[in-house]
Amino acid sequence: MAQSSQTAGTHAKAAVGEHGGQQHPIRLYLLVWGLLFVLSAASYYVDYAGLQGLLRWTLILTFMMLKAGLIVAVFMHIAWERLALSYAILLPPLALIGLLVILLVESDYTVATRLIEFGSR
Amino acid sequence: MESKYQGQDQTLLQQGHSGFAADWGSDQRVFKKVSWGKAMMWILLLSDTFVFACFLAAYMTARSSTTVDWPNASEVFALHIGGHNFPLLLIAIMTFVLISSSGTMAMAVNNAYRKARVPTALLMLATAALGAAFVGMQAFEWTKLISEGVRPWENPWGAEQFGASFFIITGFHGTHVTIGVIFLVIIARKVWRGDFDRDERSWMSRGNGDYEGVEIMGLYWHFVDLVWVFIFAFFYLW
Repeated sequence: MAQSSQTAGTHAKAAVGEHGGQQHPIRLYLLVWGLLFVLSAASYYVDYAGLQGLLRWTLILTFMMLKAGLIVAVFMHIAWERLALSYAILLPPLALIGLLVILLVESDYTVATRLIEFGSR
Repeated sequence: MESKYQGQDQTLLQQGHSGFAADWGSDQRVFKKVSWGKAMMWILLLSDTFVFACFLAAYMTARSSTTVDWPNASEVFALHIGGHNFPLLLIAIMTFVLISSSGTMAMAVNNAYRKARVPTALLMLATAALGAAFVGMQAFEWTKLISEGVRPWENPWGAEQFGASFFIITGFHGTHVTIGVIFLVIIARKVWRGDFDRDERSWMSRGNGDYEGVEIMGLYWHFVDLVWVFIFAFFYLW
């Protein structure tokens, strides 16, 4: 019972209009838009400045994840969807980490075999 | 007036993780407060995520298993302007064009929910124009690389798998952008004519001022931008 009254309270706040509740202040969109430009410029600068090694990869991945997060959360409205939908979309791609690990192990083996058999490099 | 979300008691929906468990354990439908059109678009995008992920994973495997050096993207995609060599310039411009189009699309969705017919249609057309510009630059890129001798099986600079990865990844993404441009024009035309304001049901609208079709179109378009974020990072910058 306690839960249902709490539910009604939070629901009133997140009331759904005829448009499904996905109308948000235009300022938020403009802010995200600006941030995407800044992050893209920053990741281009990583290449322009010729940064190499771990620093380069860390920066590229950081800017990539920030951009992806902003697009999915704000532009694609995932931040305002119910968890049932958000998790159904966001969790399955985590399986890809497993795929990447398997493929990296596999390509390590392939490159070793190539070096032994063809002896190049 | 008939509710958009039939058969759901909107006041009894739980929030947070108990809501997540309740939604997935409930009768009839899992995705409450989400129209079938939007749910289906999300499922399409999720499966598309795996398609693109497979291409990028295959590219990663090819790149990390070759004994030959991978071509330096920074030099391959450089532009010579006025005697100066700009690394990766065209790709950077394409990135900004696509982000701009995502911005105009977000504005279109915002205007659609305010039922501002003309601004919505114009913003969607602007999005389509930016998308077409992107595809045009991609065509230029392909032409340039092909004339320099890049083929799916060979290229002048290094590992042979570079060409196959490039054509498959950017080609599939460019196809998505092209399809997006076509649908943007179709829906913009419908908005312009006021189809969504009339009380006519169609596969894109429940009628009576239902502009959700614009938001669903936006989901697809932002996804195309999202995929480019990953391609930009892994293929061009890495």
